[in-house]
Amino acid sequence: MNVSQVVFIILSVAALAGAAGVVLSRNLFKAALFLVLSLVGVAGFYVLLEAELLAMIQILVYVGAIAILIIFAIMLSQRLMSPEYDPRNEQWLGGLLVAIALFAALLFVLLRVDWPVSEASVPAEAISQLGQALVSPDYFLLPFEVASVLLLVALVGAVIIARER
Amino acid sequence: MDVINFILNLWVEIGDWFGGVLAGWGVPPWGVNLIADIIGVLILLVFGIMAVIVFTPMERKVIARMQDRPGPNRTPGYGAIQAVADAIKMLTKEDVIPRNADKILHMLAPLLVAIPALLIFAVLPWGPGSGLIGQDLNVGILFVVAISAIHVLAVIIAGWGSNNKYSLLSAFRVVNQLLAYEIPMVLSILVVVIFAETLSMQGIVENQVIPYFVVMPVTALIFLICALAEANRSPVDLIEADSEMVAGYIIEYSGMKFAMFFIAEYVNMFAVGIVFSTLFLGGWKFFGLENLAPVLTPIIVFFKAAFVIFLMLWFRATFPRIRFDHLVGFAWKFLVPLSLINLMLGAVVVKIPVDDPMMVPWVHGAIMLVANIALVIVTMIILNRTAKRVEGAPALKRIVAAER
Amino acid sequence: MDVPLSWYLVVAALLFCIGLYGALSRRNAIAILMGVELMLNSVNVNLLAFWRHVEVVQATLSGQAFAIIVITVAAAEAAVGLALAIAVFRNRHTVDVEEVDTMKL
Repeated sequence: MNVSQVVFIILSVAALAGAAGVVLSRNLFKAALFLVLSLVGVAGFYVLLEAELLAMIQILVYVGAIAILIIFAIMLSQRLMSPEYDPRNEQWLGGLLVAIALFAALLFVLLRVDWPVSEASVPAEAISQLGQALVSPDYFLLPFEVASVLLLVALVGAVIIARER
Repeated sequence: MDVINFILNLWVEIGDWFGGVLAGWGVPPWGVNLIADIIGVLILLVFGIMAVIVFTPMERKVIARMQDRPGPNRTPGYGAIQAVADAIKMLTKEDVIPRNADKILHMLAPLLVAIPALLIFAVLPWGPGSGLIGQDLNVGILFVVAISAIHVLAVIIAGWGSNNKYSLLSAFRVVNQLLAYEIPMVLSILVVVIFAETLSMQGIVENQVIPYFVVMPVTALIFLICALAEANRSPVDLIEADSEMVAGYIIEYSGMKFAMFFIAEYVNMFAVGIVFSTLFLGGWKFFGLENLAPVLTPIIVFFKAAFVIFLMLWFRATFPRIRFDHLVGFAWKFLVPLSLINLMLGAVVVKIPVDDPMMVPWVHGAIMLVANIALVIVTMIILNRTAKRVEGAPALKRIVAAER
Repeated sequence: MDVPLSWYLVVAALLFCIGLYGALSRRNAIAILMGVELMLNSVNVNLLAFWRHVEVVQATLSGQAFAIIVITVAAAEAAVGLALAIAVFRNRHTVDVEEVDTMKL
């Protein structure tokens, strides 16, 4: 049980507690803050997996933009909620059973397959290689350009949909 | 000779001596590293808090002198320990939580504001090598940007947790401003990263043969404006806009929590000063002094940061506050296209082939400087052509016409 | 490599199932969106865990590039979803998915 494993356990407790808080919390604002906790935990995972650029991007995009967007949407759509407000809808039992069944199936598969793990280490110039891979036609240029078009379309669409009439 | 060498490399020698002492006591290597890291964290925290103690009275004295008045001079030492007096005052005030406010959110917001401000100190370089920096992340500058993104979240929590609609409205406005100025900041940082070919803070300082302030003045100016806006300093401060929003999103905070917001603001200002000096003024370099006497590099960094902070105080003392819609329009309509064009210019300039590898920074620097000056001239021409003459208020026109 | 691959996969699966439960069984449209974000995050953890432990020898950083694209798509989808939720709230004054059912038979 070395240091990385202890850190992993702490981070996974944070991420899973945040996730549980999101789905179980009555107060929507608290659910958003639990989501932020979960996202920061996941960013910690990325650092542990030696993908630091992605950890910074996760905090910058998810915590710095998406979580704030969610909080603004919560504040703009508030209405008086009665104290007996049950956050679960009519099909919550079915949802719970499906989630548990899926988790059991995934666990069954994950723990039995012998994954082809390799002991190689991350290349030193990882960031510049990532940049070149993202704009090189042999690798990821097409998904990169399509993602940027998708962002543009989503930007225009979101502005039009949420506009005051 | 040996003593002089010891003094010139003072920080490295102290670090080695301390490690040797700990190893001599039988501490295993991981223990030595752990203790060294903890002591480093404590030193960085002290630097952060020292920023508050040094810069609070400096701000009030400098602004006061610029306004031709003495400034705070009741505390001993011509007002130098004003921050300590302020802290004692804040500690003795009652800590009020509004009745229907969420207690956890109300108490969480000052923490979430102060912690990121202190966290930036983990990646700031105080000297060459890997000893005088908290942790030389290879994504250091992106870490700084991510921390500013967390600050936005803290503002919303502060505004919501006060259960006060004016506080919430002010938080909306501040978040609007912060999000608008984050984009030109990231774009101008990208230009620096393109020239330095690395994201790590230490790498950016070491690759700066010419300080980037000379190479790309437009980028430095854009970054300074955006950093001012991100740190909520005048002329873009909406918290202390007493005439507009009472006291902004910190209305309902009193006592030590209120002090936390201001500690966070000053620590943020100091961190912004150091980040600006790292990116654009050459960091711990000073025309070769750092090679002769590496002991002086933290002092060089401190003075460069103090110069940038003096610039910020100067802006606060002289510029009037900008109206909010002008502010946000300036960011979206002017700074974002300008920084995008700057980025494109930088990307083109950096790819110009130069035969001699030693002359690469100088040639690229000269071409980028020319490109920046051309950009300024073209922008001025476009703005002059498209500016509208604004008609004065009718009363003013009558007065002006009557005087003729 | 100190943390085995299976640990990451189990945590990612657990995050996915918690997000799935949140997306299937909450009333508020925005809470459903938060569940979807959790699912996308767990997929990212999975991608990066596999990249680090299996793919690294090829050195194309495909795991990181794909994870960046997933984050981009998640951001776009969150923006549009929240705009829709706000538009629905403006018309029907509710974001409760149980009450937005005028097109049911």
